[in-house]
Amino acid sequence: MEQEKFDYYIKTEKNSWEVVIGLEVHAQVISNSKLFSGSSTKFGSEPNTQVSLVDSAFPGMLPVINQFCIEQAVKTGLGLNAKINLLSIFDRKNYFYADLPAGYQISQYKNPIVGEGEVTLDMPYGSKKIGIERLHLEQDAGKSIHDLSPDNTFVDLNRSGVALMEIVSKPDLRSPSEVNSYVKKLRTIMRYLGTCDGNMQEGSLRADVNVSVRKKGETKFGTRCEIKNVNSIKFMEMAIDSEARRQIELLESGKSIEQETRLFDTKKNLTRSMRSKEEAHDYRYFPDPDLLPLQINQSFIDNIKNNLPELPDQKKNRFIKKFNLSPFEANVLVSDLDISKYFEDVIKNSDIKLAKNWVIVELFAVLNKKNIDISNSPVSPQNLALLINTISSGEISGKIAKKVFEIMVETGDDPTKIIKEKGLKQQSDPKELEKTIIKVLENNLDKVSEYKSGKEKLYGFFVGEIMKATSGKGNPKIINDILKEKLKK
Amino acid sequence: MSDFNKKSLSEFVNLIKSKKTSSLEITNHFINNIKQSKKLNSFITTCFDQAIKSAKEFDSKKNSSGLLAGVPLAIKDLFCTKNIRTTAGSKILENFIPTYESTVTNNLWSEGAILLGKLNCDEFAMGSSNETSYFGNTINPVGKDLVPGGSSGGSASALAANLTPATIGTDTGGSIRQPASFTGTVGLKPTYGLCSRWGIVAFASSLDQAGPMTKNVEDCALLLEAMSGYDEKDSTSINKKKENYSTNLNEKIKGLKIGIPKEYRIENMPQEIDNLWKKGIDILKKSGAKIVDISLPHTKYALPTYYIVAPAEASSNLARYDGVKYGYRSKKGKNLIEMYENTRGEGFGDEVKRRVLIGTYVLSSGYYDAYYLKAQRVRQLIKNDFDQCFKEVDAILTPSTPSSAFKIGEKTNDPISMYLNDIFTVPVNLAGIPAISIPAGHDKKGYPLGLQLISRALNEQKILNIALAMEKNISFKQSLDRWWE
Repeated sequence: MEQEKFDYYIKTEKNSWEVVIGLEVHAQVISNSKLFSGSSTKFGSEPNTQVSLVDSAFPGMLPVINQFCIEQAVKTGLGLNAKINLLSIFDRKNYFYADLPAGYQISQYKNPIVGEGEVTLDMPYGSKKIGIERLHLEQDAGKSIHDLSPDNTFVDLNRSGVALMEIVSKPDLRSPSEVNSYVKKLRTIMRYLGTCDGNMQEGSLRADVNVSVRKKGETKFGTRCEIKNVNSIKFMEMAIDSEARRQIELLESGKSIEQETRLFDTKKNLTRSMRSKEEAHDYRYFPDPDLLPLQINQSFIDNIKNNLPELPDQKKNRFIKKFNLSPFEANVLVSDLDISKYFEDVIKNSDIKLAKNWVIVELFAVLNKKNIDISNSPVSPQNLALLINTISSGEISGKIAKKVFEIMVETGDDPTKIIKEKGLKQQSDPKELEKTIIKVLENNLDKVSEYKSGKEKLYGFFVGEIMKATSGKGNPKIINDILKEKLKK
Repeated sequence: MSDFNKKSLSEFVNLIKSKKTSSLEITNHFINNIKQSKKLNSFITTCFDQAIKSAKEFDSKKNSSGLLAGVPLAIKDLFCTKNIRTTAGSKILENFIPTYESTVTNNLWSEGAILLGKLNCDEFAMGSSNETSYFGNTINPVGKDLVPGGSSGGSASALAANLTPATIGTDTGGSIRQPASFTGTVGLKPTYGLCSRWGIVAFASSLDQAGPMTKNVEDCALLLEAMSGYDEKDSTSINKKKENYSTNLNEKIKGLKIGIPKEYRIENMPQEIDNLWKKGIDILKKSGAKIVDISLPHTKYALPTYYIVAPAEASSNLARYDGVKYGYRSKKGKNLIEMYENTRGEGFGDEVKRRVLIGTYVLSSGYYDAYYLKAQRVRQLIKNDFDQCFKEVDAILTPSTPSSAFKIGEKTNDPISMYLNDIFTVPVNLAGIPAISIPAGHDKKGYPLGLQLISRALNEQKILNIALAMEKNISFKQSLDRWWE
């Protein structure tokens, strides 16, 4: 198959424009307790029930680092093939807001825990490496709720202090679909590692998107705008396209781009200015004097490294080599840890070639239609393996198998039970089939003579009639053999 | 009863432990003294009912153990006390009642002490005269028109006036040692990290340290032993075994080398201070210590460094007082920003505002490198100076303050001259090392003066021992006529 070429340039009457994108992804760390307090991180609890004196910044309260969150950050860093910094520093990012109880957020500014790394994307035009600038740990703020009362804002501090990893990419992304692929890849890696559940509806994964444009061939970057807090991949793609077009329009009409922070209006599909560079906050970062510099040793890192699970890229290569899958098939099957597990469970006891098609084509169609995750699939991997084995052994045909599968989807039943109960077992007795074939031919003597006089297209008609007579259960191979023999005479 | 006014903390503990007197009797004595001390204004809150109840409970127990068995104590109002109002001397926390107890005070209660009340202090511990308190200035029992020093001015005043047998303060730039010096009492600033900061209203996190304020060195060792210790809730707390300062206290200082830093001989230093210093040197010599001239070359940068680092941290630490969650909230303002502005404008006093402004400025983008970063580098140099000297000497002797207690209102309009009061105490905080101030004499007006002993980190025992030896030979006497009663 010939490879496609990258072709995301925004073309106007005058020019062809390249879009340059960098992402700051905020990923909530999977951890039972917060980054600097023992409060629970459970999502969806009653407002202000998961809040300690530290999270609400009472006088004299002090942060104590949650060791597990450090492990999670290091693990994620290793998953991004990144440099882990043995010394990192927590800083205070100072600003006033009602849902920021201390008046500062504890973050890492100049010395993050994870340095440069990279992520490989599989695009239709080949694989592409996206540089990771850094990953740092920080606290989440609380939530301001403005729509409960016309006069008041309510504050929910449950999220205040929850650990986030901010993963900053280099400006290596060039299209909405690369962003789509990048975010999905990050999410897959973190789900494999168990460091972030990637649930965008619950806000566990959100991103600030930096967009600039330049004429195709230009090597200097244009002025960028940052689109804050976009919480779905679809909106990221829409926001990038819309923002890029806005910038191009400005540039082509002789105006310049102001570096600023913008918000994406999902209803109007437009970005609008949130604050200009002049209005930008001065966060007055400085090292948090309540926390000592974070020092980790190489053996801590090595220990995590030695216990890392197989990562998506490694699994993909193994699938290609060991199971003889195409890169595309392997990609689809490793894109989600649960899918890959399901697939490996199926092929434990069944034919790989049949299994990959059944999973990728038949099962995915059902899951998509019903909008359910593979972990909730009505067809268990064991049952799918059984079904595949009945095909391999010739017990039922592929066509009947689809019928059985439909029933399995509805009932979750064992396929052998369905085949038995519904009497769907393939008819493979040559004597029985011969009787049926003779009967069909006798009922269609005119067609038989037409066939014999050269109208060979009618062969399919005979097969169809025989299948009808066997209610579709006739073994096609045996029917073929007998039918050909009979028609020769 | 009047005999009680001559007793030290250690003596009270012994009286109670030997059942010669009861906790209740002593508690009532101090309550009585406090009730007659309104003129001093050293208390912000008293909790007599609770104290009497606790004393009775203590007396009814068979086993009267604990380093501070049954002794009532008043403490600086910067320590959060469970169910007892804690104001930090500020309007913004005027009605704040914590639901939790600071680690240090909790340590005191675990050793058997009883809370008498909360002592006045400069607002958020920012001040050297106790004049920035929202609850009015505290008077120095030494003289009607004198400040007690600050920020632990209420603590020093109450201690000197026998309103508490001992007390604790906090020291960010001299806030224990300077008021101790001004009131003729003993005050120790421990090594940074020796006492937990958990539950103490923060001023400047990298400098704040709680410490004992007592009548004599023996009490100081006892109280330090009771209050110190590792706390996993404070990430800057030092994880080490608790020391027995009181049992290890001795006056054997023969052969110790004591450094005299030439940089502390500042311009325009009163002759009396210089004489006091010489007196201290002579006493040390007589006790068998060896005097060594040393140099701490970066001393002159300590004050400007302190007045960048401390306000920077304070500006961030005080951001939480915004009227949203607890504390004072202005009723004025149409939106969130106006509510913030009015709350903080009305809730904070001038000195706090001044420091928040300075701190915000030095951390601002474009100024950070020139001020905060440079100050941090200088801080390291100051630390290195001390490290270098402690290779040679066991301790350093300096005056505690460049003057005796000044008059109320004398320096309120001159912040620089007020800040200069901390010139001998501030370097120690920047270096994170321990220092003690002991009363060493009087000036010609009869006001007490203190000498300061400094040593390397975690060397509290050594300065306590030297202080004890000096105390014996100085024979400092202070008799106040209790004019306030």
